[in-house]
Amino acid sequence: MSYRYTIQNHTYHFNTLTTLLAKASPFRSGDALAGVAAMDYKERVAAQLALADVPLKNFLQEAVVPYEQDEVTRLIIDSHNTAAFTPIAHFTTGQFRDWLLSDNADGITLQQLAPGLTPEMVAAVSKLMRNQDLISVARKCEVITKFRNTLGLKGRLSVRLQPNHPTDDPKGIAASIVDGLLYGSGDAVIGINPATDSPAHVQTLLQMLDAIIQRFEIPTQSCVLCHVTTSLQLVQQKAPLDLVFQSIGGTEKTNKSFGIDLALLQEAYEAALSLQRGTLGNNVMYFETGQGSSLSANAHEGVDQQTCEARAYAVARKFSPLLVNTVVGFIGPEYLFDGKQIIRAALEDHFCGKLLGLPMGVDVCYTNHAEADQDDMDNLLTLLGVAGCNYIMGIPGADDIMLNYQSTSFHDALYVRKVLGLKPAPEFEQWLLRQNIMNEDGQLLSIQDHKLLQLINE
Amino acid sequence: MSNLKKYIVQPDPWADLKEYTAARIALGRTGTAEPLQALLQFRLAHAHARDAVYAVLNQQMLLNELQALHCASFTLQTQAANRSEYLQYPDKGRRLNAKAHDQLGEFNSTGYDVCVVLADGLSATAINNHAIPVLKLLLPLFNKASMSVAPVCIVQEGRVAIGDECGYLLKAKLVVVLIGERPGLSSPDSLGVYLTWRPAPGLTDEARNCISNIRPEGLNYQAAAEKIFFLINEAFRLQLSGVTLKDNGGLIS
Repeated sequence: MSYRYTIQNHTYHFNTLTTLLAKASPFRSGDALAGVAAMDYKERVAAQLALADVPLKNFLQEAVVPYEQDEVTRLIIDSHNTAAFTPIAHFTTGQFRDWLLSDNADGITLQQLAPGLTPEMVAAVSKLMRNQDLISVARKCEVITKFRNTLGLKGRLSVRLQPNHPTDDPKGIAASIVDGLLYGSGDAVIGINPATDSPAHVQTLLQMLDAIIQRFEIPTQSCVLCHVTTSLQLVQQKAPLDLVFQSIGGTEKTNKSFGIDLALLQEAYEAALSLQRGTLGNNVMYFETGQGSSLSANAHEGVDQQTCEARAYAVARKFSPLLVNTVVGFIGPEYLFDGKQIIRAALEDHFCGKLLGLPMGVDVCYTNHAEADQDDMDNLLTLLGVAGCNYIMGIPGADDIMLNYQSTSFHDALYVRKVLGLKPAPEFEQWLLRQNIMNEDGQLLSIQDHKLLQLINE
Repeated sequence: MSNLKKYIVQPDPWADLKEYTAARIALGRTGTAEPLQALLQFRLAHAHARDAVYAVLNQQMLLNELQALHCASFTLQTQAANRSEYLQYPDKGRRLNAKAHDQLGEFNSTGYDVCVVLADGLSATAINNHAIPVLKLLLPLFNKASMSVAPVCIVQEGRVAIGDECGYLLKAKLVVVLIGERPGLSSPDSLGVYLTWRPAPGLTDEARNCISNIRPEGLNYQAAAEKIFFLINEAFRLQLSGVTLKDNGGLIS
């Protein structure tokens, strides 16, 4: 189906829904690289004006990647919940935007709506929204998940403690873990990106994390972010694996480039469930995504990078994850060029994920070849705190010495919790109180000595 | 001043843990914020990293060193004419320019076991500092295993996938790409190594195995060379590379 809009006697034509979505997308380097971006500002707004008139129902009839050739499209269409969709089935995309911002669309309503929404609908409406719209609507959504604690409650902000070390040295990792815990981080997960994806090696790290969590009775979970096939091997070897991690994308081809498909994820999901290691809940998956991953794998199928990203969330939600985060500024300046583009993309990803019912976190980050710095990250961090982001990353001094990029620090997490009055996950908060690390007002206590320090010094 | 500093900044009594990691731990704090010195040190490190992104390969040094190792070599350029193109159009860094393509094509290779590629990637500083020390350890291992090695390809403005085209044109069974990794604040010169079995243009990341963080403060030269050689042997044994090739060999400790 083709779409058009006329501005001052000039008619802009958009041959497919895929083209219309791409041209309506706020500018970013990745869409220009893929050759799908609008030619100029006017064409972009023309596309947005045309998109505003597209009935939401069209997204169920016109797939951006053909149903026959892509299992992610099949997942989206086959799992669409018509009953949940009914209340908004008569809306155009533009009306949907206005409704989302209205007081009628409260948290409960949005939660019930989620199974009736497709990634394309959510991506489309996000393209019509300003940053403040993305924040307002996301803030209404509450997505709660559980494993050994409760994540995503309103008024809470959790942190993935990311104690990476360039050679996975156990003491080096432990030093960063202790630093993070004593700064009140680690409730989302203690998650290591291993330097090498070797099963024996990952198992050693898992055992170390498990020992720390058990010894200090920390109400949190661990994860070593290895490939899903490595996790499967480790489950068979009865390793103490809490969460299965995997990077995922929004097209079948992207996932193939990651060495996965839906069947493999299902197998890993069932394997992790079989371990029954969660005490409060059974959300056992941890996914990472990021705009540009499809284009990077030459697997975007002509779809703009933000729509591809939203489609990855359909993959994620099939497996009821504990954690999902976009690694927004990690993939590089060829996809998100500068601080402005990174901030916009992060707010889009958080909004789309939340609306689709996912426990969204964001790796507020940039690489050294991007035009960005800590000031941009401060802006984004604060915006995400307001938007109700489930979790951020906590890295010593914001400097990941293994992945070579900058994210947010333990200090940053304290800052955003303090200025916005946010608290850690309740079980973890109680643990911090018992450990005399933090007081009830969320202030860090002065520490002279602490038994966590024995972990290294003994 | 120092009294004032002591009074305002809350130190962390676990500074001794810095012995175990280069991570920015035990920074102390003022309120929830990092102390100023920590903040300025971070900014300085960012300046180093930004400069590494724009560093260039020391071709003359590399050629001389390779010659001393009795290695033939090619100096090649990708379709990215400069850094700016390289950063904005990644595909240009994945294909050789016409001249380089012809150079390798006209060489009329009769086939090799291994092709070694040195590419600047995002830090030419990494190649300038670490490529030769790694090759000095690796090449004798190839020799001992009677593996034939193609002329070394030195590629400017290259990305990982450039190895596919080099390896393909030189008819190598396996390509080893040494490349400058994205510079980090504490590692503006970290070297990465990617192995691909049966290299050919169009392969994606699932076909590769990666070893990262090679530098004296990270994975040292000896350990890196052993690990690379282990994976290469496995690739030859299993006739594949990528996610199905697992590194079950020696642990890093």
